[in-house]
Amino acid sequence: MKKRLVIVGAGMASGRLIEHLLDAAPDRWDVTLFNAEPRGNYNRLMLSPVLSGEKAYEDIITHDDAFYADRGITCRFGEPVVRIDRAAKVVVTAQGDTPYDRLVIGTGSAPFIIPVAGKALPGVVTYRDLEDTNAMIAASRPGAKAVVIGGGLLGLEAAAGMAARGADVTVIHLMSHLMERQLDPAAGYLLQKDLERRGIRVHCKGATKAILGEDKVEAVLLEDGTVYGADLVCMAVGIRPETRLATDAHLEVNRGVVVDPQMRTADPDVFALGECVEFDGQLFGLVAPLYDQAKVLASVLNGGDAAFRPVQTATKLKVTGVDLFSAGDFADKPGREEIVFRDPGRGIYKRLVLEGDRLIGAVMYGDTADGNWFFQKIKDGADISGERETLIFGPAFAGGVAADPLAAVAALPPEAEICGCNGVCKGQIAAAIDGGATTLQLVRARTKASASCGTCTGLVEQVLALSLGEAFQMPTAQPMCACTDLTHEDVRRLIKAQELKSMPAVLQELGWRTSCGCPSCRPALNFYLLADWPLDYRDDAQSRFVNERLHANIQKDGTFSVVPRMWGGVTNARELRAIADAADKYNVPMVKVTGGQRIDLLGVRKDDLPAMWADLNAAGLVSGHAYSKGLRTVKTCVGTEFCRFGTQDSTGLGVRLEQRLWGSWTPHKVKLAVSGCPRNCAEATCKDVGIVCVESGYQVGVGGAAGMDLQETQRLVAVETEAEAMDVTVAFVQLYREHARYLDRPYKWIRKVGLDWIRSQVLDAEIRAALIARFDLSQSIYQKDPWAEHARPDAARRFRPLADLSLEAAE
Amino acid sequence: MTRWIDIAALDDIPPRGARTVKTAQGCVAVFRTFDDRVFALDDRCPHKGGPLSEGIVHGHAVTCPLHAWVFSLETGRALGEDDGSVATYPARVEQGRVLIDATRLQTWRVA
Repeated sequence: MKKRLVIVGAGMASGRLIEHLLDAAPDRWDVTLFNAEPRGNYNRLMLSPVLSGEKAYEDIITHDDAFYADRGITCRFGEPVVRIDRAAKVVVTAQGDTPYDRLVIGTGSAPFIIPVAGKALPGVVTYRDLEDTNAMIAASRPGAKAVVIGGGLLGLEAAAGMAARGADVTVIHLMSHLMERQLDPAAGYLLQKDLERRGIRVHCKGATKAILGEDKVEAVLLEDGTVYGADLVCMAVGIRPETRLATDAHLEVNRGVVVDPQMRTADPDVFALGECVEFDGQLFGLVAPLYDQAKVLASVLNGGDAAFRPVQTATKLKVTGVDLFSAGDFADKPGREEIVFRDPGRGIYKRLVLEGDRLIGAVMYGDTADGNWFFQKIKDGADISGERETLIFGPAFAGGVAADPLAAVAALPPEAEICGCNGVCKGQIAAAIDGGATTLQLVRARTKASASCGTCTGLVEQVLALSLGEAFQMPTAQPMCACTDLTHEDVRRLIKAQELKSMPAVLQELGWRTSCGCPSCRPALNFYLLADWPLDYRDDAQSRFVNERLHANIQKDGTFSVVPRMWGGVTNARELRAIADAADKYNVPMVKVTGGQRIDLLGVRKDDLPAMWADLNAAGLVSGHAYSKGLRTVKTCVGTEFCRFGTQDSTGLGVRLEQRLWGSWTPHKVKLAVSGCPRNCAEATCKDVGIVCVESGYQVGVGGAAGMDLQETQRLVAVETEAEAMDVTVAFVQLYREHARYLDRPYKWIRKVGLDWIRSQVLDAEIRAALIARFDLSQSIYQKDPWAEHARPDAARRFRPLADLSLEAAE
Repeated sequence: MTRWIDIAALDDIPPRGARTVKTAQGCVAVFRTFDDRVFALDDRCPHKGGPLSEGIVHGHAVTCPLHAWVFSLETGRALGEDDGSVATYPARVEQGRVLIDATRLQTWRVA
C-alpha cells in the first residue's frame, strides 16, 4: 500500500522534490500537492523576463497539468492549508482534513513589507509571484511612474522590467550602493551607471518614510524630504521565510523552520525544504541550494542517507544587457588579498578575493564570461598559487607562467569589443583584415579601431597576428625615446585626442620620465604640437636642433652655411649681385651651387649671420630653409617658356608651389620638382612630390627620394589643370604633416599607411578642401622669413657672446 | 679663492639654452636649465670641437650639435658610451644676475 505524502506549497523546491522522488520510486507514494496560488509550479526566476515582456507566463511553466496527471498527483491548487494537526497527522484546509504519513512544508517565503504609513494603499505591490508581476505589467504603461523600494537583486529586476515596458522608474535603496550583498562598491557603481543609462533613476542612501496617497498610492516620501511621484510602488526590500504553519504546529522555528541535514523538522514525519527552511543558522534564497535540498529530501524519503551540505552560491542579475556576477565572500577582511582588473573605457570590473592560496570570492561586472570558471575554483577550494599571476584573465590564460596573450584574444568571441572609444568589435576588425587591411594603419583607417586613445593598439595587433598568422609581423612597439614607453604614433594620437597643446602638458599628461625630455623627443614633440595646434602652441626654439634654431646649417668647424631661396630655381642678376656682395663682405670661403638649384654660401661665422641676412633681405632674398624639416626646394625645368619639348609651364608651377608651401614645417624635409615633359629634366620622379607635365595635364607622383634610400615616386593622381595639381600637392603635404611620425620621409610614411588611404583622403573633394584650409591656417602663422626676424637688432643680439672677458683681461 | 663677476641677466639666456662668453682661452658656454640653474663649461666638445652652446639642453645635460655626444653640465663628463670631459667653471644666479667665477677665465697680465 502506498504511503501518503502531503506537500504544502508548489514551488520550485517541491517541484524538484517530486521529480526526484517519483523518478526513483514511481509507485511508493500517493502525493497530494497543496498550493495557495491557483496554479502549479513555474519558474519564478523567470518572472523578470515575463515582467519585461521578453517571455510569456506559458513559457515559464515547468510542470503542467499533464505532468501531475501522469504521476497520479492530487493537485489542490488555490486551496491554502490553514493548519497542521501533528497529533492527528492531518493538514486542514477549508475543504476539510487531509491525512498524511509524511508531510513536507514548502511554503517558501513572503516579501518583507516595511512598516511605513501607506503600505497597504492600493498600488503598493511586492514582487513574489505571477499576481505581483501582472500588477506591475498593468501599471507599467509608458509614462507611468513607478517607484521600487529596494535595490537588491529582485528590486532591480522589477525596475528593469518596468522600465523596459516604458515606465518612468525610480529605485530607492537604503544602502550606499546597489546590491550590497552581492557587489562591492565599485561594481555597484558600474551597475548604477548602467541602469541610469537606461533611464532608471537610482537614489541610494534613501530611507522610505511614508507612502503617500488618498485612495491609492500617489508618491513616496523619503526621510531626507525627497518626494517621488508614483502610480505604483513595488516593495522589494527582502523576503522572510513563510513559517506560520510550522510555528502554529509548534515545530522548532527560528528565522525559518529548523531542519537537520536530512531536512527533517523536530517532528520525524514532518520535513521542510526551500526558502522557509533554516539550516545551521542559514537561510536560502537562491535556487541552487534549494535544488540540493530537494535531492537530499527525495533520497531520505526513499530510505537513503543523503545529507544536505550548503555550498557557495553565485549570483547573476537577470537584466538584459547588464552583465554581473558575484560569488563567494568578497568582503575586505584582514589576511585577505585582492586582484583587481579595471577597464574604465569598456565598463569592466573584476575583483578576486584571495585568502591564502585559495580563491574565496569573485565579483565581476561588464564581462562575466569567466564567472563560472572562478566559481568552480571557489567551490573546489583549489590552490591557485601557481596561476595567481594570470588568474584574473580567466581560463583563456590559465596555465600561468607562459601566458600567451594571443590565446586570450583568440578566445574572444567576434562580438567582443576591442576598441571602446569607437565601439569596434573583434568581428569588424577581422572582416576588415579579410578585406585586405593587413596593417595596423589600414585597420585603423577602415574601422577606426585604436584610432582614438590608442590603448587597444596591442589588441588590434593581436587580432591582425591571429588573422594573418606569419604574414603579419608583430611590430615591436618602439618607444619614442627613453623618456616614455609610448610610441611616436601613440603620442601623436594622444596630443590630438587629449588636446595637449603645450610641451609641459604633454610631459605631464603622458607621464614623461624626464624633467624636460631629451634631444630625441623634444624636436618631435615640438613639431607635433605646432602641426596639430598652430594657433595655440608657440614654437619652442630650444626644442629645435641648432640648424632650425639658428636658421643656418652648422658645419664641422662650427661655422654656418647660408642658402637664400631661389623660387623654382630662377634667379636674376640683381640677386646674384647681392649674393656676390655678401660673399665678399663676410669673407665667405666657398660659394657653391646646390643640388636644389640654388647657391650656398659656406663658412659663415655665427656672429655675422644676422648682418648677412639683413643684406640679403635688402635685395629681396629670404631664407631658403636649406636647414629645415620643412619645404626645401622646388626644382624645375624651363618648360613651355623656352623648351621646344615643354608641354606646360613647369617653371611657373614650380615657383607658385614654392611660394605656397615655403615656411611650412613637416615631419622631415620635403623636396619637390616639376618637369615640363616626360624627359623629366627636373628629376621629379625621385622627389617627395614630383610633378611631370604632359600634354593632357599633370601627373602627380609622391614618395620619391634620392637620399639614403633611392625611391621612385608612385602616381598619386593625374589631373588636368595646374590649380588641381597645386591643390592635390598642398593636401598631400598637409596630410603628411598631420599623420607622419617625426623624421619619416613621405615614402616611409606611405609604406605604413598605404597609398590607397592617402588617395582616399586627398582625392575626396571635401577632405581635400579641409586639408588645404588647415594648411593655409598653419601658413598664416608660420609662413614668414626667419632671417628678417632674427636680423632685427634685439634678436641679433643673441647671436653674439654675452660678454667678452678676453678684452677685459688684456687691459 | 673665487672671484665672482656679473656677466649678464639670467633672462639674457633662454631657458633650456645657452649663451657664450669669450675668454682669452676660448669660448665658455653658460647654460640655463629648465629649473633656472646656470652652468659654465668650455664651449668645445672634446670629440670634434663642436660648439656645446648650440646643443639641445635637457635636464642637467647638453647634447653636442655635431655628433650628439651628451655631457653632464654638473661634472662636464661625457654620459653614456662616450668617454671624455670638458672643463667646468663655478657659476650661480644671484638676484636675477648670472655670476661666474673668473679666477680661471681671465688672464691677468702685469701691465
